[in-house]
Amino acid sequence: MSLNNLDTLYRQVIMDHYKNPRNRGVVEGESVSVDMNNPTCGDRIRLQLKVEDDIVKDAKFEGEGCSISMSSASMMTQAVKGKKIEDALEMSQLFSDMMLGKELKTDLDLGDIEALQGVSKFPARIKCATLAWKAMERGVKEEN
Amino acid sequence: MDIKAIREMFPILDQEVNGNPLVYLDTSATSQKPLPVIKAVDDYYRNNNSNVHRGVHTLGTRATDQYEGAREKVRAFINAESAAQVIFTRGTTTSINFVAYGYARPNLKPGDEIVITPMEHHSNIIPWQQAAKATGATLKYIPLQEDGTILLEDVRNTVSDQTKIVAITHVSNVLGTINPVKEIAKIAHDHGAIIVVDGAQGAPHMKVDVVDLDCDFYAFSGHKMCAPTGIGVLYGKRELLEKTEPVEFGGEMIDFVDLYDSTWKELPWKFEGGTPIIAGAIGLGAAIDFLNDIGMNNIYEHDKKLADYALERLSTIDGITIYGPEERGALVTFNLDDVHPHDTATVLDAEGIAVRAGHHCAQPLMKWLDVTATARASFYLYNTLEEIDTLVDGLLKTKEYFGNVFE
Repeated sequence: MSLNNLDTLYRQVIMDHYKNPRNRGVVEGESVSVDMNNPTCGDRIRLQLKVEDDIVKDAKFEGEGCSISMSSASMMTQAVKGKKIEDALEMSQLFSDMMLGKELKTDLDLGDIEALQGVSKFPARIKCATLAWKAMERGVKEEN
Repeated sequence: MDIKAIREMFPILDQEVNGNPLVYLDTSATSQKPLPVIKAVDDYYRNNNSNVHRGVHTLGTRATDQYEGAREKVRAFINAESAAQVIFTRGTTTSINFVAYGYARPNLKPGDEIVITPMEHHSNIIPWQQAAKATGATLKYIPLQEDGTILLEDVRNTVSDQTKIVAITHVSNVLGTINPVKEIAKIAHDHGAIIVVDGAQGAPHMKVDVVDLDCDFYAFSGHKMCAPTGIGVLYGKRELLEKTEPVEFGGEMIDFVDLYDSTWKELPWKFEGGTPIIAGAIGLGAAIDFLNDIGMNNIYEHDKKLADYALERLSTIDGITIYGPEERGALVTFNLDDVHPHDTATVLDAEGIAVRAGHHCAQPLMKWLDVTATARASFYLYNTLEEIDTLVDGLLKTKEYFGNVFE
């Protein structure tokens, strides 16, 4: 593999999210907070969700980690904001499927998230990409 | 040392990874295995496989002879007084846990102290945290100098008459610091404490003489010194091993078993409950023969040359931070500005270069360094100066690749 092949992993949109993370910070007012880390590598995230009427009204994150974990957190918050919980959870399932290299059949608009498809070719990095989604799943389940 | 001939003994090195020749720089995690070790394990399973210390049949005798023969090789390798002081374990972690459970817990009481350092691997921290919690003993840390070394003066200031155990790594798996174990042992002994040495990064790379070091326990793993995974060693002074309770109870380790009580076999077998790691021990014996043929002093010199060269070459890279002292074991831990070590490791992997990225099972040390993770290149007898050049080229490419992102 030449370095050019790395471009399937480090897509421009991923690097953009890494460099300019969306929804970085803390949610104002009442929210559910989830701390998660990847104990094998030290990536960590604190995700805050504001859920009202089964809708994710706000999502913000703080944390430290590699480009994949941080850009994935940025994309995840962007994707689930304003979504119904069931849609957010479905997206999370779709994301897991995408990491396994499965073909996705859905009506949901995945937006930037699809840029992370290349991660499935780098098995060692899949955990980086799924960290924020796992935090989101735990968060909405706690909220319920 | 004829590196070309040595490399030919390691079939795994002769392959391409992602279209590039493999450059394996992750020996501190685990070393590669040479043909004599692979053959010894293969030969054991093909011809001699049987359980040890039981049965009368011929294969059983062969397996027992080979297993106990390996123990004698380990004894000679570390210059222990007797093979009875060489306990086979699953690895360094198990070895240290045997001391923490079998020696520390029955012998410590509230007010006693266990002294360790912030540079320890988790396997030389958590067993002591747990032993301290269980006994009411206090856990104390010897402070580190800016460069990641420790001063004997600080050891003297930390170890007191209440200290019962000093546990320290021989060589740091992150900083590469080589600790003055012999001098620290003397300070511990002056206070009536014992010293437990984590030799996971020591024994593979230098001649270890447990009698000269005067350490009370010395723990190391086979897999970091050319042997298979799943085999390790705990050396202990005889009187201390006698005072250490077995941790695993069951077959193999007993003398007499009654309905309500049992007695243990003598050393070393009282610690080896269950069918032992026979093939692993035989593989370790073969690894020791292999290393001895090359010579531990030659290996030490070679590793030192690689570490010095890596330090010199990596230091020339703009925006690199290197952790640890000048004088170091066979590894260099570093970070590139604005590039997370996972990303560094992924780019290097695309170039065929295997390095470790993460916290290296040393979270307290990461906190001390004020980083969440680092990248580490580590070396052994099969590595070459050219491979370090390849690493430097790979790091320059990594910088270039991620530099474009941040422009």
